[in-house]
Amino acid sequence: MEELGLIGIIAFVFYTSLSYAAPLIFTGLGAVFSERSGVTNIGLEGIMQIGAFTGIITNLMLADTFKGMTPWVAIIIAMVIGSIFSLLLAVSSVTFRSDQIIAGTALNMLAAGATVFLVKKIFDGKGQTPYIQETITRFDIPVLEDIPVLGPLFFQNVYITSYLAVLAAILGWFVLFKTPFGLRIRSVGEHPTAADTMGIKVNRMRYIGVMISGALGGIGGAIFSQTITLDYSAATISGQGFMAIAAMIFGKWNPLGMMGAAIFFGFAQSLSVVGTSIPFVQDIPTVYLYILPYVLTILAIAGFIGKSVAPKALNQPYIKGQR
Amino acid sequence: MKKKKYSFLSVLVLLVGLVLAACGGGSSDETSTEGSGDSDNGNAQDNFSVAMVTDVGGVDDKSFNQSAWKGIQEYGKENNLEKGDNGYDYLQSNSDADYIPNLNTLVRRNFDLIFGIGFMLQEPISEIATQHPDTYFGIVDSIVEADNVVSIMFKEQEVSFLAGVAAAMETKTNKVGFVGGMESDVIMRFEAGFRAGVHAVNPDIEVDVQYVGAFDNADKGKQIANQMYTAGVDIIFHASGASGNGVFAEAKERKQKDPEANVWVIGVDSDQYDEGTVGEHNITLTSALKRVDNAVKDVSNRAKDGNFPAGETLNYGLAEDGVQLSTTGDHMSEETLAEVEKFEQQILNGEITPPGTLEELEEFLK
Repeated sequence: MEELGLIGIIAFVFYTSLSYAAPLIFTGLGAVFSERSGVTNIGLEGIMQIGAFTGIITNLMLADTFKGMTPWVAIIIAMVIGSIFSLLLAVSSVTFRSDQIIAGTALNMLAAGATVFLVKKIFDGKGQTPYIQETITRFDIPVLEDIPVLGPLFFQNVYITSYLAVLAAILGWFVLFKTPFGLRIRSVGEHPTAADTMGIKVNRMRYIGVMISGALGGIGGAIFSQTITLDYSAATISGQGFMAIAAMIFGKWNPLGMMGAAIFFGFAQSLSVVGTSIPFVQDIPTVYLYILPYVLTILAIAGFIGKSVAPKALNQPYIKGQR
Repeated sequence: MKKKKYSFLSVLVLLVGLVLAACGGGSSDETSTEGSGDSDNGNAQDNFSVAMVTDVGGVDDKSFNQSAWKGIQEYGKENNLEKGDNGYDYLQSNSDADYIPNLNTLVRRNFDLIFGIGFMLQEPISEIATQHPDTYFGIVDSIVEADNVVSIMFKEQEVSFLAGVAAAMETKTNKVGFVGGMESDVIMRFEAGFRAGVHAVNPDIEVDVQYVGAFDNADKGKQIANQMYTAGVDIIFHASGASGNGVFAEAKERKQKDPEANVWVIGVDSDQYDEGTVGEHNITLTSALKRVDNAVKDVSNRAKDGNFPAGETLNYGLAEDGVQLSTTGDHMSEETLAEVEKFEQQILNGEITPPGTLEELEEFLK
């Protein structure tokens, strides 16, 4: 890595952090919407699995029709399927007032089993799908890539999905904090009785919150599988959904904070990869580099961000007329 | 109150059911032992039948299970056996809970030799083997110590050594990489062998070694590959299971962006040629194969001839056709193949013993 120079190393850390963070940002944004409306969505891991699975399957089936556009079509279909899948959580925890954590866990278990089962049914008993040929790849943005310093940092080797994720987080923040719709979502999560008094349909807003999270989780899963694993098996999604939830808590239930946290996770992991080729750092035993992302996270949460407060009515079903 | 009584009653019924089921299991085990005892007498003039139980990967996993099943099918064909009882067969495990029932079923169907494929079947095999001392068992990639079990292991360091030779011959940047899954004994054998092989050809070639820390972390695998290729590595040998997906993804992405890019991956365990396809190109240089099929066939034949290596641990290496370098796609040059051949001969002659641990590697590099 010495040949790369400082800019090279920083650029590498930067763009690998961003590419790692993209699926987390989408899924984490979903978590923000769901929890802001008062529904804990622990099922995002499962929703990501459904998204990753749907992304790969539709990519494989539609590659001949859409060619280069296939990954994007697959992401949209994964978004729809993810949203439908999240309805299970909405129906059970909003309409039937079941425990949200348990309903979410059920989603996780269902997704893990169902996707592998379907892979085996569709592909004659195989444990994983074939590899997709149309993938989301990095590209250099013309003209801009030649700017000194900034070029290698921001405009070379970028995934379009990384930039879309950042835009989505900003848009999510705007919707949540600057629009009447966002205010309604937040109000049913903080004080549903008051919201109800003002004529806001609490359960409907919660359904919307959960379905947005399902859609975004589906996008996150589809991006992950189409950039990183390129096939679907039981090992494809291994904890990313939970990382997204952690990013949301770390970011204080704020889309922008969540985005920062997701990029920070990516940064910590890139550092552990790059560390082995930086002088001095490479003398550190590898086990310390493995735990680096987690240690940094604990330090950051314990020391720097202050108190992280959940929406008040989180995890409580709303029962009309009850105080 | 009434409701409570009913629920108590139903719990009681369930409990009784459980107890009965447990008894049922026990008695059926006994009958099956008797059954296999009978069959031993009957089988004297019968075929020597062989069967296997897959792990959760399934029989088409492009890896161990598929390879083992291929070996058993070949054994069956050579001995004019038919699929099914008194011939050859397999049972697929869809979850960890299926291993023991599957093994029991095969014992009850009087198979003479039963293989468990993969280290996950270690416990089940050792349990069933003690219950059925008259049936032969085999375990692949793990060790079970019992008188009626043979353990099949592989000399990964030998094929990794050849992979190292191939990488050293083919590299244009004089930098190659190794990506390991976790720092376990098996993966260490891959690393030690690979580094020794590279060193044997040209001691000046740099080997960048990194471990993912998991077998299912494709995104970190991808980052590591990205970092290695960025730093000038042109060939990466991965021994990291599903994390290797990330290594392939990175190489393919580079190839897609620039068809002239000089990036290669060396696959592991099974022929990973298909994983390396990018449009018209392919980035799988070769694969370090574990020939489970040959090992399984060999053990079956030995058992059939009455020489079952009971209680032994067999180490399959180059000499036993247990490991091999694939040539699918013909990506390696004539020169490289000649060099690989040369070192293979030296290993077979015993002139070179590829190191299997990092300590042995230190010795070797001196």
